[in-house]
Amino acid sequence: MTTNETASETALLELRGITKAFPGILANDRIGFSIMPHEIHALLGENGAGKSTLVKIIYGVLQADAGEILWQGRPVRVSGPAAARRLGIGMVFQHFSLFEAMTVFENIALAMDGERDNRALRARITTLSKTYGLPLDLDSHVYALSVGERQRIEIVRCLLQNPKLLILDEPTSVLTPQEVERLFETLRQLAREGCAILYISHKLDEVKALCDRATILRAGRTVAECDPKVETARSMAELMIGAKVQPPSRPKASGERAERLSVAGLSLVAESAFGVDLRDLSLSVSGGEILGIAGIAGNGQNELMAALTGERLLPVRPDAIVIDGRPVGSLGPPARRALGAVFVPEERNGHAAIPAMSLAENAFLTAFRRLGLLKHGLMSEAPTRRFAGRIIADYDVRTTGAQADAGSLSGGNMQKFIVGREMLQEPGLLVIAQPTWGVDPGAASAIRQALLDLAANGTAVLVISQDLDEILEICDRVAVISEGKLSEARPVAEITVEEIGLLMGGLHDLAAQAPEGRVERGS
Amino acid sequence: MSGLDWLIPVVLTVITASTPLLLAATGELVTERAGVLNLGVEGMMLVGAIAAFAVASATGSGLLGILAALLAGAAMALVFAVLTISMMANQVASGLALTIFGVGLSALVGASFVGIALDPLPQLSIPGLSAIPVLGPILFGQDLLVYLSFAILAAVAWFLARTRPGLVLKAVGESHDSAHALGYRVIAIRYGATLFGGAMAGLGGAYLSLSYTPMWAENMTAGRGWIALALVVFATWRPGRLLLGAYMFGAITILQLHAQGAGVEIPSQFMSMLPYLATILVLVLISRDSTKIRLNAPACLGKVFRPAR
Repeated sequence: MTTNETASETALLELRGITKAFPGILANDRIGFSIMPHEIHALLGENGAGKSTLVKIIYGVLQADAGEILWQGRPVRVSGPAAARRLGIGMVFQHFSLFEAMTVFENIALAMDGERDNRALRARITTLSKTYGLPLDLDSHVYALSVGERQRIEIVRCLLQNPKLLILDEPTSVLTPQEVERLFETLRQLAREGCAILYISHKLDEVKALCDRATILRAGRTVAECDPKVETARSMAELMIGAKVQPPSRPKASGERAERLSVAGLSLVAESAFGVDLRDLSLSVSGGEILGIAGIAGNGQNELMAALTGERLLPVRPDAIVIDGRPVGSLGPPARRALGAVFVPEERNGHAAIPAMSLAENAFLTAFRRLGLLKHGLMSEAPTRRFAGRIIADYDVRTTGAQADAGSLSGGNMQKFIVGREMLQEPGLLVIAQPTWGVDPGAASAIRQALLDLAANGTAVLVISQDLDEILEICDRVAVISEGKLSEARPVAEITVEEIGLLMGGLHDLAAQAPEGRVERGS
Repeated sequence: MSGLDWLIPVVLTVITASTPLLLAATGELVTERAGVLNLGVEGMMLVGAIAAFAVASATGSGLLGILAALLAGAAMALVFAVLTISMMANQVASGLALTIFGVGLSALVGASFVGIALDPLPQLSIPGLSAIPVLGPILFGQDLLVYLSFAILAAVAWFLARTRPGLVLKAVGESHDSAHALGYRVIAIRYGATLFGGAMAGLGGAYLSLSYTPMWAENMTAGRGWIALALVVFATWRPGRLLLGAYMFGAITILQLHAQGAGVEIPSQFMSMLPYLATILVLVLISRDSTKIRLNAPACLGKVFRPAR
């Protein structure tokens, strides 16, 4: 996009001086930039830089306190999401726009106001999801689906409305490399067809590969506009953070290498009709090492996590899971924690933390036994607050203090807090799912560094992640989960991204289609 | 034939005992499905009952009485809606207050109507069909409100399960933030559902004062509003189970009365507990599947919606 073209063409969307204040924080401070038709425009910034607020303003969910929105050169007032959709703005949300207790089809139908013919709509969805390689089981209930599958619903729901501007909030964080490539082809195709795309991501390599232009926000302000093709991922990250980024370093492991967690022949029928059955899973993690489990969302990760944490018990075969030599299959989460295991589930608010409780109270909930925060059956306030304060300081959690509600933190900050809460308990075993999902590069590298340091101190770490780069960066060994089966763990140094991708299953043979062969190849 | 003759009055009384519950509970089901917990059913029923009785005795028209009950119930619900949906007051506290208010208001208005008797609502007999032995009087000899209770329940079941507006209503109860993000008018939809619930509670009250016992007595609902509320929960917000629950409760109420009359050797207090225990037990047993509850319970029930601005 040269300056000449910019001048001769009217911008599809132009923002001028958008300002939005929330109590105690200026989320957007005179933000201005424009998006041209056919353009794939990246919006970059740390967690809490004001990106979410800005896109909510564009989509009409929030109203700006000041500033102007111009759509195809004309000032408009986007009074609500319906108005945004009428203009031709579509949005793929990162959170909070699906209905858990409803089916995939109902979720899509709810966004398709004008379309009342269910059969025709089903046909359109099927065609579209085939065209763009986004397979959906229309009659599954959303609560039983993984984050990745949910994101597919969001994308399909949006594309069905033939938008002129498509806003995507971290769409690739849950896809395999092959899926990401396929999605990018889709997005490039959409851009060629005239649809502009506003792309929010923390994955700067992807921004480089996909986007024509990037606007960078920091602390609510536009700090730079750049051409991602020219910049390096490092230079963009530094623009976002306003400081140098350190790549994680592997400290030398010390301490014993005894086996801390062993899973042998774990089979588990899924609780819900739409879950994935675990089939004969085996793995072993020793102190001082990090084992990564890669895989596309919805291939049994949630079920494996539930079995490991003790949220689902194995009364028949308690010895399928052994922590420090003790069969724990019939023990619940508190008993497993008492053995020195800690867990960080994928869902931050509502699973790992209670949004309506303060950070101190949330810190107390998992740490009170190991850290002795319970006195005579009561919470010892001062030590609990000190512990929460230590997490906030050590893990750079941006918040007003230990008394802030967990729900008031942004996703990335909450993740730092939860990771900190578990790590500061000096566990013998850490099981963590999606450690840096939706976390900005600065915070993500801090979390990864903390995982490496923890392992170096002798803790056994099991990372379940869909982010391959992350697994390759921090893990010693990697196994791939697919259709509830786990491949044999192999040293990261001896496996290629392509091999892992094949194990995970490419875009064309997702889910139901012949997973057997894939698993065999790996084992 | 004579062997079945005793059955007809029993079934007829079962229907009369179940209808007010079914009417009020159907309304509350819709209200709760939209995410609003209105504990004021008892109060709305009472106000509906006195409104129906007052208008019917003044005009001599049962139909006008029914209309008055609908409006009175909806007006009560409107007070609740303004407090909880617009002014974001706590729904539990406001609902309890609404019940207390309804008890008092109906007693005040009804003071001058105590002791007056009224002709019950006419039975809509269908010549020929109503003369069929046994089935005739049961199926074709009821009054308007009994038929209405079934028709409305069927319409609600169809609306919720099959129509797009029904889907939107459930969406609002499931996640008001998501519904808002999609551009649905959460507040307007909740107002509508709450007013419908109030009108239906009023209708349940009208059945009591126009048909069940065509007279006015203070507090004549005698806790039926609370039973209706409980039925909605134990029926896991499903219309079919609501019908089953309402009729089980009605049937056991009547059967234990007959059993007490026949001099069964069980203390009457235990017999009186029976409808509550049996209904709760049966509904809990058939609804114990946690997945089903999760699919039907409105996740935002009782939560205050604060739209982001």
